[in-house]
Amino acid sequence: MSISLPPSLQEDPKTLQPTGWLRYLSFSLDHKVIGLQYLICGFLFYLIGGLLAGAIRIELSSPISDFLSRDVYNQVLTLHGTIMIFLWIVPVVNGAFGNYLIPFYVGARDMAFPRLNAVAFWLIPPAGLMLITSYFINGAAQSGWTAYPPLSITTPAAGQIVWILSVLLLGGSSIFGGINFIATILKLRRPGLKLMQLPMYCWAMLGTSILVVLSTPVLAGTLILLSFDIVAHTGFFNPTLGGNVIVYQHLFWFYSHPAVYIMVLPAFGLVSEILPVHARKPLFGYTTMVYSIMGIVVLGLVVWAHHMFTSGTPPWMRLFFTIATSFIAVPTGIKFFNWVATLWGGRISLNSAILFSCGFIVNFVLGGITGVALAQVPFDVHVHDTYFVVAHFHYIVYGGSVFVIFSSIYHWFPKFTGKMLNENLGKFHFVLTFIGFNLCFAPQHWLGLNGMPRRVAEYDPQFTLVNQISSFGALLMALSTLPFLWNIIYSSFKGKASGDNPWQALTAEWLTSSPPPIENWIGEAPLVKKPYGYGHQEKLQPSSKSINEDENS
Amino acid sequence: MLSPTAIYTILISVAIVIGGIWAEDHLKILPDIASSNAPIYDELFNVLFIIGTILFVGMTALVVYSLINFRRKQGETGDGIAIEDNLPLEILWTAVPAVVVLFVGLYSYDIYERMGGMQLQSHDNSHSHHLMKSDKRIWGGIGSASNEQSSNNLPVIDVELTAMQFAFLFNYPKGEIISGELHVPLGHSISMKMESKDVIHAFWVPEFRLKQDVIPGQPTILNFTPTKAGRYPIICAELCGPYHGGMRSTVVVEEPDDYQAWFEKNAKKTELKL
Repeated sequence: MSISLPPSLQEDPKTLQPTGWLRYLSFSLDHKVIGLQYLICGFLFYLIGGLLAGAIRIELSSPISDFLSRDVYNQVLTLHGTIMIFLWIVPVVNGAFGNYLIPFYVGARDMAFPRLNAVAFWLIPPAGLMLITSYFINGAAQSGWTAYPPLSITTPAAGQIVWILSVLLLGGSSIFGGINFIATILKLRRPGLKLMQLPMYCWAMLGTSILVVLSTPVLAGTLILLSFDIVAHTGFFNPTLGGNVIVYQHLFWFYSHPAVYIMVLPAFGLVSEILPVHARKPLFGYTTMVYSIMGIVVLGLVVWAHHMFTSGTPPWMRLFFTIATSFIAVPTGIKFFNWVATLWGGRISLNSAILFSCGFIVNFVLGGITGVALAQVPFDVHVHDTYFVVAHFHYIVYGGSVFVIFSSIYHWFPKFTGKMLNENLGKFHFVLTFIGFNLCFAPQHWLGLNGMPRRVAEYDPQFTLVNQISSFGALLMALSTLPFLWNIIYSSFKGKASGDNPWQALTAEWLTSSPPPIENWIGEAPLVKKPYGYGHQEKLQPSSKSINEDENS
Repeated sequence: MLSPTAIYTILISVAIVIGGIWAEDHLKILPDIASSNAPIYDELFNVLFIIGTILFVGMTALVVYSLINFRRKQGETGDGIAIEDNLPLEILWTAVPAVVVLFVGLYSYDIYERMGGMQLQSHDNSHSHHLMKSDKRIWGGIGSASNEQSSNNLPVIDVELTAMQFAFLFNYPKGEIISGELHVPLGHSISMKMESKDVIHAFWVPEFRLKQDVIPGQPTILNFTPTKAGRYPIICAELCGPYHGGMRSTVVVEEPDDYQAWFEKNAKKTELKL
C-alpha cells in the first residue's frame, strides 16, 4: 500500500517551501522546520527565564530586600514562572519534539493540519514578546503565575491584562497543537501500523494532547472572566462585589494541575525513546507503559484541589484529593521501574544523552516522593506555599522535564543537523547541571520545613547561609549553559559528520537521511512494527527497507 | 556471584540508609514543637522521611549500579538481552507502590483524624457579634482543638483574626482587645476565626505545623493548642503584594497567669475574665 503523493506534486517539492536558514523565520508548513522553530524559540525564552531566576537568587542571597525593589521582585517571579512554563517547557516537550518526531513515528509526511501547526507556533513569539515588553512599559503582572484574585484584581491592571492576553494566546497555541497531535496519531498512521506498535512518545503525546484539549479551555474561560473582573468591574472573583475567590482556584488548578502532566508526560515519552537506543535493549514493559500513561491522564484530571488544602476546603474534599493524588504514584512508579529494567542487562553507552536521562530518573524520583508527601493533607498544611513546594516542583519540572529536554537535544541533534555534538563538553554540561541543580534545590526542602515561605524577597536571617548555598547552585546552573551553548553553536558548523544513523536506532526517524528530506522519506515510508527491537539481531542493518521487510506490503 | 561493584553499591546504600536514620534522630530537620499538633505531624514526617529515603536511595542505587555494571566496555559490540517484559515482575512493581501508597494514605488519614481534621469545625459565634456575620458558611481548617472537645477542660479562647496588606490584627471578643501580636495561654485550646479585608493571606506558625489561608469574603477557622511557652513567628504564606515577605507577626505563648495578666491589662471589660 502506498501513501506517496501523486507524481505532479512529487517533482520538485522544494519549490513549495522556502529553503536555507531563512525558512526558520518563515511561515513554513514543514513539521520539521516548525519543530525546530519551537525548540529554538523555547530555548531563547529559557535563557530569559533563567536570567530572571538569577535575579531572584541574587535577591535571596541576603535576607533583606536589597537587589530589586519589592514590586519588581514580584514581577520578576511572575515572569519567571510564566515564561518557564508556557514559553519553554510546554512548547518544547510538546511542540518541538512532538512536531519533529510524531509524523516520523506514525509514518506520515507531515502533521494532519500543517497550516494550523504553523499558526500554533507563530502565536508563541508575539505572546512571549508581549509578556516581556509589558515589564518595560507599565510593569508586568505581579501576582505570581497563579494570578489568584483578589491580588490579581488589585495590582496594576495593565500588566495583569497583558499577562492574561499572553497566556490566552499561548493556551490557544497549545490547544491547536493538541488537536493536531490527536488527529495525526489517530488518523495519519501509515497503513499497517497498529496503535500498540507506536513508539512510546506517540502514546505520551496522545495522552498529553487529551489533557491539553480537555483542560486548557477551562483556563482560557477562567482568565477571560478574570479579565472582566479587572477591566469591566464584574464580580466573578471579586469578594467586594459578591464574587468567590475559591472558585477561581478550582478553575485555575483544573487546568494547571494537568499542566504538570502536560510538562512531564511528553518527557516520559522522550526518555522511553532514548533509553532503549543507548542501552541496546527493548523498552521494558511496553503494554504497562501505555496503560500507565493513560492512568496518569485519567487521575491527572481529578487531583487539582491538592493545591488548595489550606484554602478552606471541606474535610471530605481534602480526603478525596489526597487519595486520588497518592494513587498517581502507582502508574508513575511503574514507569520508573520499567526504565530501570530497560537499563538492566543492557550494553549502555555512557554518553550525554543517557546521563541526562538517568539524571532525570534520579531527580524525578525525589520530586515524586516529596509529591506523595505533599499530597497528604496533614503534611501539606505545614509546608504548603513554602520553599519545600518550590523545591518539589523544580525537581519535577527542571530535574524532570528540563533534564529530558537536554537529553533529547543530545540524542536528536545528529538527526536535526547531520552533525555530532562534542561528547566531552556534553558530559561536562551534565556534571555541572546535575551538581548545580541539586545544590540549588535540595537545601530548599529544609528552608520550607523550617519556616521560609515562597515568593518572598526578604526572610528570617537564620536562613541566610542555606539560601547562599542555593544561590551558588543557581550560579553553577547558569554557568552550565555556556558549554552547552558553545557545543551547539560550534557543532552546528564544525561538528563531526554523524551519518544518517549514528546511534544505530530502529525508530522511524532514523531510517532516512540526517537531516531528513522535505517529505521525510524518499519513496515509501518504512513500516516499523518493532520500534524497540534491539537485541534480536547480532548485527544491525538500519536502512529504510531492511527492518520488518517481510511485513512491508 | 556479585561483582565487587555490586557489593560496594549495596554497602554504600546501606550506609546511606543507616546514616539517614541517624541524621533523622540527631539533626534538626524540623522547627521546635510548640502545639499539640506538632508531635503528631512529626510522627507522620518521620514515617514519610524513612519510606522516602529508602525508595530514593534504592532507585538511585539501581540506576547508578546499572550505569556502571552494564556500561559498554571497550571493544564490545552487539546489543543487550532482548527482554521485552516480565509479567510477574511488572505485577510486583505495580503492587509494591500500591501497597506503600495505601499504607501512607491510611496512616495519614489516621494522623489527620488525630489532628482533628475530620471534626466539624464551628466557632462560638455569640462573641463574634460585630466583626463577622454568623450566617456565612464557615469552612474549617485542620486543628487539634474544637469547642466541643477540649481535652483538658480548660476554657477555649476565642480569637478573631483580621488580615490586611500587610498586617495581622487579633481581636479578643471577651476583652475587646485588639492586638498586633497573638497572646495565647499554654495548654488552652484556641479557636481562631479568620477573615481578610483585602486579598488572600495565610496564617502560618511553623512551630505549630499549622497553616490556614485567610480569605476575603470567606471566613475560615483554625483551632490549636499551644504546648510550649515562647515567642514564635507568624508568617503570611500566600503572596499578598509587594511587602508579602515582611508580613509577619509574633505569637506569644505564655503561662496562663502571665496571659491573664496581659489580658487584664489590655481588656476593656475587666469583669469578664477568662
